Amino acid sequence: MAFENNDKAKGYWNENLRLVLSLLAIWAAVSFGCGILLVDVLNEIHFMGFKLGFWFAQQGSMYVFVALIFVYAAKANALDKKYNVQED
Amino acid sequence: MGVQGLTYLIVGLSFALYIGIALWTRAGSTKEFYVAGGGVHPVVNGMATAADWMSAASFISLAGIVSFVGYDGSVYLMGWTGGYVLLALCMAPYLRKFGKFTVPDFLGERYYSQAARTVAVICAIFICFTYIAGQMRGVGVVFSRFLEVEVDTGVYIGMAVVFFYSVLGGMKGITYTQVAQYCVLIFAFMVPAIFLSVMMTGHIIPQIGFGAQLLDAAGNNSGVYLLDKLNNLSVDLGFAPYTDGSKSMIDVLCITGALMVGTAGLPHVIVRFFTVPKVKDARVSAGWALVFIAIMYTTVPALAAFSRVNMIETINGPDQKGVAYETAPNWIKNWEKTGLIKWDDKNGDGKIYYATGKIEDAASTNEMKIDNDIIVLATPEIANLPAWVIALVAAGGLAAALSTSAGLLLVISTSVSHDLLKKNLMPNISDKKELMYARLAAGIGIVIAGYFGVNPPGFVAAVVAFAFGLAASSLFPAIIMGIFSKTMNKEGAIAGMILGLFFTSGYIVYFKFIDPTANVPANWFLGISPEGIGMVGMVINFVVAAIVSKVTAATPVHVQEMVESIRFPKGAGEASDH
Repeated sequence: MAFENNDKAKGYWNENLRLVLSLLAIWAAVSFGCGILLVDVLNEIHFMGFKLGFWFAQQGSMYVFVALIFVYAAKANALDKKYNVQED
Repeated sequence: MGVQGLTYLIVGLSFALYIGIALWTRAGSTKEFYVAGGGVHPVVNGMATAADWMSAASFISLAGIVSFVGYDGSVYLMGWTGGYVLLALCMAPYLRKFGKFTVPDFLGERYYSQAARTVAVICAIFICFTYIAGQMRGVGVVFSRFLEVEVDTGVYIGMAVVFFYSVLGGMKGITYTQVAQYCVLIFAFMVPAIFLSVMMTGHIIPQIGFGAQLLDAAGNNSGVYLLDKLNNLSVDLGFAPYTDGSKSMIDVLCITGALMVGTAGLPHVIVRFFTVPKVKDARVSAGWALVFIAIMYTTVPALAAFSRVNMIETINGPDQKGVAYETAPNWIKNWEKTGLIKWDDKNGDGKIYYATGKIEDAASTNEMKIDNDIIVLATPEIANLPAWVIALVAAGGLAAALSTSAGLLLVISTSVSHDLLKKNLMPNISDKKELMYARLAAGIGIVIAGYFGVNPPGFVAAVVAFAFGLAASSLFPAIIMGIFSKTMNKEGAIAGMILGLFFTSGYIVYFKFIDPTANVPANWFLGISPEGIGMVGMVINFVVAAIVSKVTAATPVHVQEMVESIRFPKGAGEASDH
């Protein structure tokens, strides 16, 4: 066991799950939410010559996806350091 | 030099580059290649992953499909890129920590069972075959146009090239070859997109030109947005508005979801995350892969829109009434030779005319049959771009098909020789024999793929979509439960995988092969098309697995400890090959 005790191991995993789930919530919101479910509502809004819902479906969601992975990588690395389970 | 000569030159040069790199990386580092932890930088690995994953379907078919269906094409754009988020957040770091080489290896150990390994092998092979068939079709399309032969002959030539290449590339460092292939394919994709964007909107960045106003003949802003013009053209010709699409919302949701979880379950993509040195690198490597993929994937819808406007305007002419066949642009005649464009002068006026409806349908005024797969390849010709751009696009299409085929054939051959034979049927097999069977499997794989390339069960991207549906309903849930649930046991996982796979493939086979005439929304389960059914298969997999695991024996302690240990990076060590 790389953790000091069981509580730390649980704490690490819970924090990790919270991080993953909150990022997945954004992931679902931009793609399934803005790109599909709310597409008709958002299409009423015009954005740089795009209908906004269409823009999310064909451009915006992909930019957000890229950002999410880098945010995750940075936060997960910080979490490893906090619990001292990073690689040597 | 003409298009033909330039194509030979550029394709020849790119092939020479790949073979050169394959030979060069072999020279000093065969050993390093097999030790997966051999220090591939995350950015380099991301680029190789992007090339591995962006297939002929992405390069050749995707913009064509988006071009024909508009908003509905978003399922592919969001689905295929969104899967990387799942991969990076839920799978890559843990599988890297686990440290084995193949997906069946992980499932076999996690579910402490040969049966789980076997089911995973069958899934992986099934997926790879569905997927590689699309590649062969793509290679065939490229060769057929640029060598001026039938598509079938193009497929045969492609089979020979891919076989030669994957035996060579599979044995040597394919990572760096794939980096070169990425550079070729992205350059080949961006050049025509930038040309078109500048010509049509004056913006050098296609992603901005996509939403901009069109230029008029004098080069001034016409005040008409590209997308508005496209909507008007589409509606005039009887199509749904470009930015609205015509699929039902539930179907769009399910297809997008199936493609997302399917991407995260693709064996040849997962394997790539074992080649970086650390868990940390596995996390960020998926991000780099997505950066390189997104460069192309955000350009795809822009290129699709540009080429759609161009295509309609060149076929139907300035008055939108059609163009006399004698004066029709060259690209139509060139592609007619391949059989991918057909013209049937239904009203006998000697003009070509494009509108909604099938060419065979007497009630429709449409006289053109245009295969989706030609759009990217034909776009430079449609827009009268220089000959070297046309040649470059051919080289890009081949780079995309080759890099993916090599990755897939590698998974097929390791799955058969390592996971199926060595670890299962013939444990005492010698290394030499194992290698022989790996080669044999690659050979058989090519032949089967070639058969499907000649007799395609659907157009390229749709075939690939099936592979994703199957990955979604079988491998993805098993891997996720293996990481996030300590109590999921082998009985549950196996039952889930089998039922998910049976349901999904049964549904697809029924509607696509047994009774294709019934493949209409009214007959679909909850209105979900075969392309999106993987999502339902995935839910079935999760539910069945949960129920079965509740009523069967608990997971052994040492397996629970293993699950515990893959959840944090410390002590990852090098990935071992087998």
